[in-house]
Amino acid sequence: MIRINCPYCGERDHSEFSYGGDATINYPSLDASEKEWTEAIFFRKNIKGFQFETWHHSNGCRMWLVVERSTVTHEIKSVKPCHPNLQKVAENNK
Amino acid sequence: MKTRRLDNYGKINRDKILSFSWDKKNYKGFEGDTLASALLANNIGIVGRSFKYHRPRGIFSSGVEESGALVTIGSKDRRDPNVRATTQELYNGLEASGQNAFPNVNFDLAGINNYLGRFFAAGFYYKTFMGIPPLEWGKGTAIWMFFEKFIRKAAGMGSASGLPDPDTYEHAHDFCDLIVVGSGPAGVAAALEAAEKKLDVILVEQDSLIGGNQLAENDFDNSQIKNQLENLGIKIMTRTTAFGLYDNCVVGLLERVTDHISAPNVNIPRQRFWTIRAKHIIVGAGAIERHIAFNNNDIPGVMTVNASKHYLNRYGVLTGKRIVIATNNDSVYETAHQLSEAGANVTVLDSRTNFEIETNKSFEIRKGYVPYNINGSKKIDSLDISKNETINKSETINCDQVLLSGGWSPAVHLLSHRGVKPKWDYNNACFLPSDTKENITMVGSSRGLWNKNDCIASGIAGTTDALNRLGISKTNYFFPKPGGWKNPIQPLYEVKYKKSRSKSFVDYQHDVTTDDVRLAHREGFISVEHLKRYTTLGMANDQGKMGNIIGLSLMAELLNKEIPEVGTTVFRPPYTPVSIGALSGRNVGKHFRPLRVTPMHQWNIDHGAKMIEVGLYQRPWYYPKENETLSDSYIREASTVRKTVGICDVTSLGKIAIQGPDSTEFLNRIYSNGFSKLEVGKARYGIMLRDDGIVMDDGTSWRLAENEYFMTTSTGEAAKVMSWLEELLQTRWTDLNVNVTSVSEQWAGVSVAGPKSREVLNNCVDDSLVVTNNNLPFMGVTSTFLKGNIPCRIARISFSGELAFEVYVKSDFANTMMDLLWANAKKYDGCLYGLEALGALRVEKGHVTAAELDGRVTIDDVGLSKMASTKKSYIGSAMRKRGVLKNNDREILVGFFPTNLKETFNAGTIVCEKNNIKGQGIGRITSVTYSPELGHWIGLGFVKGGLDKWKDTNLVGADPVRNKQMNLKVVSPHMIDPKGERMYA
Repeated sequence: MIRINCPYCGERDHSEFSYGGDATINYPSLDASEKEWTEAIFFRKNIKGFQFETWHHSNGCRMWLVVERSTVTHEIKSVKPCHPNLQKVAENNK
Repeated sequence: MKTRRLDNYGKINRDKILSFSWDKKNYKGFEGDTLASALLANNIGIVGRSFKYHRPRGIFSSGVEESGALVTIGSKDRRDPNVRATTQELYNGLEASGQNAFPNVNFDLAGINNYLGRFFAAGFYYKTFMGIPPLEWGKGTAIWMFFEKFIRKAAGMGSASGLPDPDTYEHAHDFCDLIVVGSGPAGVAAALEAAEKKLDVILVEQDSLIGGNQLAENDFDNSQIKNQLENLGIKIMTRTTAFGLYDNCVVGLLERVTDHISAPNVNIPRQRFWTIRAKHIIVGAGAIERHIAFNNNDIPGVMTVNASKHYLNRYGVLTGKRIVIATNNDSVYETAHQLSEAGANVTVLDSRTNFEIETNKSFEIRKGYVPYNINGSKKIDSLDISKNETINKSETINCDQVLLSGGWSPAVHLLSHRGVKPKWDYNNACFLPSDTKENITMVGSSRGLWNKNDCIASGIAGTTDALNRLGISKTNYFFPKPGGWKNPIQPLYEVKYKKSRSKSFVDYQHDVTTDDVRLAHREGFISVEHLKRYTTLGMANDQGKMGNIIGLSLMAELLNKEIPEVGTTVFRPPYTPVSIGALSGRNVGKHFRPLRVTPMHQWNIDHGAKMIEVGLYQRPWYYPKENETLSDSYIREASTVRKTVGICDVTSLGKIAIQGPDSTEFLNRIYSNGFSKLEVGKARYGIMLRDDGIVMDDGTSWRLAENEYFMTTSTGEAAKVMSWLEELLQTRWTDLNVNVTSVSEQWAGVSVAGPKSREVLNNCVDDSLVVTNNNLPFMGVTSTFLKGNIPCRIARISFSGELAFEVYVKSDFANTMMDLLWANAKKYDGCLYGLEALGALRVEKGHVTAAELDGRVTIDDVGLSKMASTKKSYIGSAMRKRGVLKNNDREILVGFFPTNLKETFNAGTIVCEKNNIKGQGIGRITSVTYSPELGHWIGLGFVKGGLDKWKDTNLVGADPVRNKQMNLKVVSPHMIDPKGERMYA
């Protein structure tokens, strides 16, 4: 069972979370072209090793988190809030 | 019948006699017995029939690796098949019976299969019954499917009761620093060392007693160890199997709480499924003794050497009188000595020629001898032996028991669950655990240590390793080298004996013979994974705990390779079988999933509602009057709404509070239609698309104040929409100052619909002016009070197409609101209506719900292109225009009438052209209802090209599942009041 160390709630089972997706995508602006959106939505890298992905603590604090997880071993290197301002707060509190 | 129990042996409690039944006959045993030891003591040799050949089988082992003594325990709804007699503790009144046999295991009619054995090689059934030429050329597997049920019946194991399980099961959770699996010398040493270093330790033991294989020693007493462990605060869990290791040091345990008790307290669960989250795992799971393959090596009376030692020293049962031990290693000699001391006549056949062993000469050792054939069928009469493996000059020994030891396999299963491949050790002829980066350490004989002092040293080293990895200490340590016997083991897996109809078993469980392995090789199934699936080697209860390595070694020999080149299959959880009951725990019956009810749930029931599940919610389905059926009731309810007024609980809709200065901008981005100009005090119907341009959900948003909105979503998508809004605000649009909060539970909602709804509401609000057409026009919103000073929100929203209002109060006021509205609705001959009538009303109007918005349709498909703004960009606006979503042959929302208005149809009907009724047709019907207004059945659905293409054409509705077919007419989805005059009234 994957255990995720939520910056707000502490270490919890993955069953409390919902998987989001690739956390490294820069979604284009809403008026961007179909091509840009197609790239953003449908084309994904199939990473072997560590990747950044979003998880939603849906049965907890409801925060969206960036989790750095190995797709091979499930090892988790880091967990941060998605929101950049909250990330800063978390950094400062370290 | 004479008992085999010896007076001065065993640790059973002879003061406590237990009676039990085997195949309906009564026997006696003692407290501390297993079913297997009690059966052996009572001289019962045959306890099962084999899977395929129905050969008589006895007890092979004394533990979890057992594949012969699989029996059925209990009767009726407590019948538990395929229980290993070797691990089932005896209790008073235990009912056990043999299985896979008729009439019984002693005399089984299907034993004829044994003589037909040459036909029953691996793959026989599939080769014979699948695609029999020429009958089935190109026709698939109909004949197989016919024969399969007979074949399954003939080849098999015990059968389940088929009745609901009367027992309860429980899920439990725990945390610790260190979990130690196995209470042998290594595990105990590790646990004690860790507890002394102040770690919080759980020690798990699958047996009822701690001690591991020491329980087979005649002078072993575990009471002192137990005290030591307890004094250090170690949590000891006996009768508990660590069946699987998972990510992040999570261990799955199965605790058998009452399986050893004759009349358990009904308030105690039968088994408990534990999830343990540890920081480090030490596995001292021991090693399992292997047998040797040779002809008839499965006759009752064949057993592993270690099992015989257990039965003697733990249970006081001497398993044979004239015993032959066949081995290739040193581990058997202590047992040989003890068996002969206990009164048995013992001969040891050791395949090695050159070795030294100290004995007291109480038994004969025949160096260089191997067994090659057992004579006998239901019991052993004699054993044919030969010098070396080439069988030319042979002799026969009269005996009643053959004990085998082909070497020991460390229990590397748990480590294998983590994807760590074991490595082959030539010196010890076994797989040893490899190192892992995860916090798991293997100790004791499960890392190939054969003597006790090495095991203890490895336990202490294991804990030091754990402390180092946890950053608690930095101490050097080393593990003893694998092995520990004085003389090296000589690999011996099979003794070949070429004789027709010989059966030399590799894996007893599924009757896999050496010939089956050779057949697999001949037919090209040479990878271990193919070998396993073709022959079923290593499958079923024991998962090849005894036989796997023999099979691998045979394949290696056939391929002229070494065992490590052939590899081994991956062990997966569970280590031993786990009952489905334990996995489901309390999540059964009505507790299978959570139940959501609205705050007026009881009110609805008190007023005659029949309920239906919608997602997790219980919603009123219909409110039958006396003798009314569902259809009588909903037709009456729907007509009442159209005629006067009806009240419907709509609390299950998702409700989200959206607040903050950028709320309007936020809604404008997530909805396809414009929200920037929505005035305060107005609501708007909106559609949300996904990033890919497909419709996600629809609902309304009410502007309560400049920076405050109240959003409703569909019942089914409420959670998804909430997560989506949070995702957008936290990941994509982090500059927007908006807060979203789910308020679904905080507000109770009803729809008051029908031409008289305003009058009803008028009587219910404090200030009757608030609901006039001027003050509350169509899509108007107001925050006001119901009579009795109850704060409420009212919006003039219609789903039914009638003049209608949605009224929300705080959940605590739900019943008061219902009383008030209902009392007034009755004055106008109104009704309460449920989901079925709601459905009828919305289908008549062509309003879509989840049945239509199924995650495949676009906003254009459902005829709501007008809802897609051209003045702004929004989520999905670019992607909804992509090529495939703009094809001319997309299925478009339409209404359907049966051509013959007296006919009915069902949702799921496939719409086809008249002379082309096949495949997926040109469309589908998603929702149907009887329309009280129109007086016949109507449907909503999709057809390629939509109304324009088909409005004058007769189509066919094909419903092959229900064997129905009808002619259809395509009509506008807005089947009544297309201009919406009633809503605006």
